[in-house]
Amino acid sequence: MNTVWLLVICISIVSAAINGRIDAFTKAMFEAGKAAVEVCLYLVGIVSLWLGLTKILEDSGLIYKLSNFFRPAISFLFRKIPEGHPAITSITLNLLANLFGLGNAATPLGIKAMEDLQTLNTETDTITFEMMLFIVINTSSIQLIPFTTIGLLASYGSRNPNAIVLPTLISTLISSATAVGILYLFKKFSRKDR
Amino acid sequence: MDTLSVVFQGLIPFFIFFTVIYGFAKGVPVYDSFVSGAKDGIGIIMGIFPYVLAIFIAVKTFEASGAHDVIKKMFSIIAGPFHLPPEIFSVAMVKPFSNAASLGIFTEILKTTGPDSLASLISAVIMGSAETTFYVLAVYLGAVGIKKTKCLVPVCLAADMTGIIIAIILVKLMF
Repeated sequence: MNTVWLLVICISIVSAAINGRIDAFTKAMFEAGKAAVEVCLYLVGIVSLWLGLTKILEDSGLIYKLSNFFRPAISFLFRKIPEGHPAITSITLNLLANLFGLGNAATPLGIKAMEDLQTLNTETDTITFEMMLFIVINTSSIQLIPFTTIGLLASYGSRNPNAIVLPTLISTLISSATAVGILYLFKKFSRKDR
Repeated sequence: MDTLSVVFQGLIPFFIFFTVIYGFAKGVPVYDSFVSGAKDGIGIIMGIFPYVLAIFIAVKTFEASGAHDVIKKMFSIIAGPFHLPPEIFSVAMVKPFSNAASLGIFTEILKTTGPDSLASLISAVIMGSAETTFYVLAVYLGAVGIKKTKCLVPVCLAADMTGIIIAIILVKLMF
């Protein structure tokens, strides 16, 4: 993350200088500050909302039933999570939200899942394999139906906006599988190192 | 499609309704429960804010500096021999950083090349299959204060790349 950030900032400054857009660079920085505050304010609302709702689910015991139902699949991938740990539930809910394309609901649930996974972490500043797995599955985003995209295609008069559903699903599945595969390879590889 | 979108629109309201009723039936003080859960929200976001800010500064300055245009030109030179529309690289490149920005570019492509063009279709598949990787990384890692990420960033990028390449190939084959 450090390298990527450094690289992007440096490229931006250099090319701003070359293109004579130094003033635009400065302006963009302040705009970024404003945009970050706006996004976070918005997130405060929905994250709190979902945390409140999941708290009701937790208190009513429904969440444990839900996680029982999905445990076999999640436990298969996340072997190190002990049975009955809240991480299983939050991961399940996050993946379900992603599956249905409820991005707004997925983010707060994902944050919750990360916090639950952190309670299992022994070195608090180092990522665990489970966290990597969870993030990788998340960033390669398995989504059944991409609503926003279809909606946009349709509103611009596409003949058959639903035609993109199948290729989208296939490519997202392949990219997820690749990511998980690479991650497992890395895990094996780093074990041999020891 | 219409019935389907109605079902999906109803999903969240139904979920909320179900949660509240189920909690009530189980004797949970739903209001107190909700408030005590929601209390944690602002703390989490306070922790995330600096990470989001860092990402936004990188994205916005990158766009404003003109570096984006330069890289796009480079891509169109590479893409020429494969008969790929150069527009799709803007989407592929911006999507990992910002959903809003990539949506803007996608809409622009729809407007300029038409909704059934190759560029639009490939971009649509990329939009649906790639994720805002850096944003997700910043938010999720920021939430728990992880600093040592091992191989996570390269793996995520590899996954994005695979998704984008597969998207291009599939659309080329199917349309």
